[in-house]
Amino acid sequence: MRIVVTVKYVPDIASDRGFQDCRVVRTPAEGTINELDENAIEAALQLVEAAGEGEVVAVSVAGPDGAVALRKAFQMGAHRGVLVSDDALAGSDYFGTAAALAATVERLNADAPVDLVITGMAALDGLGSVVPTLLAAHLGWPALNLAKKVALADGAVTITREADDVTEELSARLPLVLSVADTANKPRLPNFKLIMAARTKEYETWSAADLALKPDAVGQAGARTETLSAAPRPPRDEVELVTDKGEGGKALAAFLIRNDLV
Amino acid sequence: MSTAALTDLFDVESELAPHERETRDTVRAFVDVEIRPHIARWFADAYFPREIVPAMAGLGLLGMHLEGYGCAGRSAVEYGLAMQEIEAGDSGLRTFVSVQGSLAMTAIAKNGSEEQRQRWLPGMAAGEIIGCFGLTEPTAGSDPGTMATTAVLTGGEWVLNGAKRWIGLASIADVAVIWAKALSDDGTPQVRGFLVPTATPGFTATPIEPKLSMRASIQCDIELTDVRLPEDAILPHNPGLRGPFACLNEARYGIVWGALGAARDSLEAALAYSAERLQFGKPLAAYQLTQEKLANMALAVAQAQLVALRLGRLKDEGRLDRHMISAGKLNSCRVAIEVARQARTILGGNGITLDHSPLRHANNLESVRTYEGTDEVHTLVLGQHLTGIAAFR
Ligand SMILES: Cc1cc2nc3c(=O)[nH]c(=O)nc-3n(C[C@H](O)[C@H](O)[C@H](O)COP(=O)(O)OP(=O)(O)OC[C@H]3O[C@@H](n4cnc5c(N)ncnc54)[C@H](O)[C@@H]3O)c2cc1C
Ligand SMILES: Cc1cc2nc3c(=O)[nH]c(=O)nc-3n(C[C@H](O)[C@H](O)[C@H](O)COP(=O)(O)OP(=O)(O)OC[C@H]3O[C@@H](n4cnc5c(N)ncnc54)[C@H](O)[C@@H]3O)c2cc1C
Repeated sequence: MRIVVTVKYVPDIASDRGFQDCRVVRTPAEGTINELDENAIEAALQLVEAAGEGEVVAVSVAGPDGAVALRKAFQMGAHRGVLVSDDALAGSDYFGTAAALAATVERLNADAPVDLVITGMAALDGLGSVVPTLLAAHLGWPALNLAKKVALADGAVTITREADDVTEELSARLPLVLSVADTANKPRLPNFKLIMAARTKEYETWSAADLALKPDAVGQAGARTETLSAAPRPPRDEVELVTDKGEGGKALAAFLIRNDLV
Repeated sequence: MSTAALTDLFDVESELAPHERETRDTVRAFVDVEIRPHIARWFADAYFPREIVPAMAGLGLLGMHLEGYGCAGRSAVEYGLAMQEIEAGDSGLRTFVSVQGSLAMTAIAKNGSEEQRQRWLPGMAAGEIIGCFGLTEPTAGSDPGTMATTAVLTGGEWVLNGAKRWIGLASIADVAVIWAKALSDDGTPQVRGFLVPTATPGFTATPIEPKLSMRASIQCDIELTDVRLPEDAILPHNPGLRGPFACLNEARYGIVWGALGAARDSLEAALAYSAERLQFGKPLAAYQLTQEKLANMALAVAQAQLVALRLGRLKDEGRLDRHMISAGKLNSCRVAIEVARQARTILGGNGITLDHSPLRHANNLESVRTYEGTDEVHTLVLGQHLTGIAAFR
């Protein structure tokens, strides 16, 4: 079982988010792994553990700070890490990122077959949720998205996913791209031995040239969308306190109507 | 700023290496998810949550400071940080970690044969085998040298007789480290350790109930009536009281940190409550008397944390002396129980319920200041260190 997990380095959601030139400012000390990718790592580790053998390769497309995300993956138990980092990749949109990830998976696949790519359900800084599908399209593999339950048997993955009031069961044959929901599992806490091991564990750094990425497919040059502006939203308005003297229900209804919430 | 950052008056945080912080944060996250939501109920019901033992083992908490045999092999500082976080949850659960790792496993690691280590330690590190440590007796507490339990070698078998009291986990343990007097080669009685599978006929453990302290953990009376063990059940190394004392020193060191977890949690509870609770038209936090309480508590905890860290660094350098452990244990226990009680006052009447942690911590700390050497005993150790005169008897 050989599984690639994509992990993104994102600003800590607890910290203030800043923008410069329409890009998220990534402060080294403040960044962390995209929490939703921890569910992907957990899913991968569980599959490898159930298989009794295998390898989990964490891959991050990021600046040098992406190492933070890889280290977190190591702490949870990932066996190998690849940081895809290159100035040429700066400014990549979903398409560019997916192209870089696909090239990485292809290179890994050339060494030894990759059975599965697992991603989180979204990145908490972009909330696009499209990279898994774009990645599958690049690879020509099936995509199973937003899995709540994952089962692997006889070379096929079957997932359960929940959308509104529908529960679906979907299945596809390996190799494939799978994104897992945050309800799919409870990511394990790193254990002390792995925390220590992760301190010195080496990851590989691959450049755009290593992956033979075309300059116009990635980075600012390859971006198909342009961010015109990005700024933090103004803080919320003062809360409206209503002391309930029998009219509380009416005040609440008026508030909901006024704000188009019903 | 989080309250944790607020109460770290001397930025002790920055003295910690990244992996030390990660270890601490991991245990903190574990406590938040696995202990905090349930601890009031466990304490009320006098229930030891055996179901969380596998997760504790998974982190590497059991025998965390030991090398090899499936143990995590972490430094003294990391071990201390972990104990502090667990005890911020509850002293009873830290007590479990101490009994399993610092007492039972350490007894085997320090005094056991290679075979005994191989046989017991990996399972204990994995939480599959629970151990206990039987030193105290009904009539021998602070003065364990007067123990009455005996071990006699007859016909190639050891036969143990006697009684133990206050033995943590004994009723759920798989193996007990029992300290008993056996005749040495020159015919004088000497304290020796024995590995006693608790299923051995003649071994009975009865939980001590009801308790007003340490309710989320178990302590037992043990009776040993003609308990027959193979000849190789004896721990071969370190005959005499230095056998158990070496283990007690490990556990005491853990308490230096642990007690401060309970103190910090009490302080944070009081701080948060004082900001919300309005009396006489203002939050309690706005009154000078309350601020004095909070300031004194924060100062005491922060100072004691500096002491703990200093002792941890010394231990990692192999320079921690006996009197330092006594000083640290005495200091942390004193500070912690005082802070927990003071924190309770800020909570007013609500503070006597299990909705808030300080009184639970204070009650637990009555045990913490008693076991592993009482406040008085450690005071006497320091007195002896300073004066050269032993005043125990
Ligand atoms: C929750 C809990 C868990 C425990 N777990 C374990 C365990 O797992 N294994 C184990 O072996 N034991 C355990 N113990 C026992 C613990 O180590 C003893 O309670 C402790 O050593 C004190 O002994 P004692 O209770 O017999 O008190 P005593 O020794 O009778 O002391 C009573 C009081 O007299 C004081 N005193 C004693 N001697 C002197 C002196 N010379 N001068 C002045 N004052 C003195 C003491 O300080 C204390 O205040 C546990 C105890 C508790 C409460
Ligand atoms: C077991 C028990 C039985 C009780 N029985 C009864 C009963 O039968 N009938 C009844 O009416 N009540 C009863 N009470 C309530 C009791 O009288 C209150 O708990 C007490 O008045 C304190 O009020 P409080 O708990 O709301 O604490 P708070 O008034 O919120 O006080 C919390 C803390 O803030 C401190 N504080 C408050 N104001 C200031 C200030 N200005 N400056 C500095 N510090 C301040 C307090 O000293 C305390 O340390 C009982 C309480 C208990 C615990």
